[in-house]
Amino acid sequence: MRVRTLAAVLLAGGLALTACGKEGTGTDTGAPAGVFDVAKDVKVEGSPTFEKIKARGSLVVGVKEDQPGLGYKDPTTNKYTGFDIDMAKLIAAQLGFAEDKIQFKTIQSAAREQAIINGDVDYYVGTYSITAARKEKVSFAGPYYIAGQDLLVKKDNTDIKGPDTIKSKKVCSVTGSTPAKLLRDKKLVEPDANVVELQSYSLCVTKLLDGEVDAVSTDDAILKGYAAAEPDKLKVVGQTFSTEKYGIGLPKDDKALRDKVNEILEKSLSDGKWDEIYKNTLGKSGSEGKHPTLEKY
Amino acid sequence: MGVLTRNIDLFVHHFANTLKLFAVSGIASLLLGIFLAMLRVSPVPVFRGAGTLYVTVVRNTPLTLVFVFFVFAYPYLEIIKFEFFTAAVVALSLYTSAFVCEVVRSGINTVPVGQAEASRALGLTFTQMLGSIVLPQALRSVVPPMVSTFIALLKNTTVAAGFSVREAGAIRDALSELGEDTLTGMLWVAAIFVLLVMPLTYLQRVLEKRWSVAR
Repeated sequence: MRVRTLAAVLLAGGLALTACGKEGTGTDTGAPAGVFDVAKDVKVEGSPTFEKIKARGSLVVGVKEDQPGLGYKDPTTNKYTGFDIDMAKLIAAQLGFAEDKIQFKTIQSAAREQAIINGDVDYYVGTYSITAARKEKVSFAGPYYIAGQDLLVKKDNTDIKGPDTIKSKKVCSVTGSTPAKLLRDKKLVEPDANVVELQSYSLCVTKLLDGEVDAVSTDDAILKGYAAAEPDKLKVVGQTFSTEKYGIGLPKDDKALRDKVNEILEKSLSDGKWDEIYKNTLGKSGSEGKHPTLEKY
Repeated sequence: MGVLTRNIDLFVHHFANTLKLFAVSGIASLLLGIFLAMLRVSPVPVFRGAGTLYVTVVRNTPLTLVFVFFVFAYPYLEIIKFEFFTAAVVALSLYTSAFVCEVVRSGINTVPVGQAEASRALGLTFTQMLGSIVLPQALRSVVPPMVSTFIALLKNTTVAAGFSVREAGAIRDALSELGEDTLTGMLWVAAIFVLLVMPLTYLQRVLEKRWSVAR
């Protein structure tokens, strides 16, 4: 039995190395979910970006492809699913573009500002935190989700209740990441060696399921994505200890489009579309979703 | 310069871990490598076979896979629990020892077989023959390839960054999260590695001079 598990893990390791590890694929959004009524005759006065989109006849949206439940590309079907993806689709529909007119483009975190500045993408939806430094290069609509560092634990875990209960526990995060740094700097986890740093959150989740680490820590949205894939094995603690505001990245100074997207987001919060999207994606984790307050500028 | 001075703590901490990894696994792989070489030249066929099998398997496996094995698969065997640092030392030592073994063996082959026969005629055992006649001569002739192997080991330690050891290989990730210029940071990492390799090259030169034999 041990040998068989070993073989399975070696195989999985090999797959991960060839960059096709696909843990947490169980995040199907269901057939009817993620389809929105397409608005007709949309006009955004004075928006150069919207003019460009109109002329092209289709939308290019920057997203992530490696976050189950948020922005995830199924390697077999090449379909994108998740909370961020549905949010992007909703905005597209309200701008007058049906799903078949959206072209999703995977952009890595470090390349996001440049992709927006170059006009490679019309807008970006992918755990994109609103910060003052980024606002100098791009602009943000939203936030459409307010995340915070949280803890993912096994479903049957009862002794981890929040950031003050992980002092001598093993907590996993990604190599060199801000969550790992925060765990150390605020001395939430001691000694240093108890902060485990691996290459991806998928690997951390594997270690959590194996019982080798006690918790995985990063933004709750990302953790909920993993919990949504395996709701009977994992849960998110729900005590956030930092704040990250996820916004829609837009070209700088396109105020007209920014106002329009904010208007769309506001409407989605009041007419229940936001809740519907949440329920179909991150909500499967069993955690409640809190409405964000828009910060228009 | 700014990237280095602003994050000097990070650089010092991470490179200290790199050196620790290098020192511990360097010693371990030297000992294990010599032992493996002894197996490979031993008169017992089973020992020779075991040595050859080890070298063939380990030397032909990518280091990252060796790490993946010890960090992700090995725990399932439920033998001894390793900390991440220990796991890294074990992976690096097992991997490097295969190379050390081949270097030492090539050195052993430079010692004329007549010397081994002569020592046997004098009544020395296999271990005595290796320990006092062959290995001292073999080791001195393999200084340059041995130092190369250890330079490779020093750089290979960076693989451990992906497996929860905070060493030089993790500096880029940390800098990127701090919003620092990672390219400049990487240049500094490269420069420090060059600095660290220099004493090894110096050691090679000294040993070569001191141990040189007139042939």
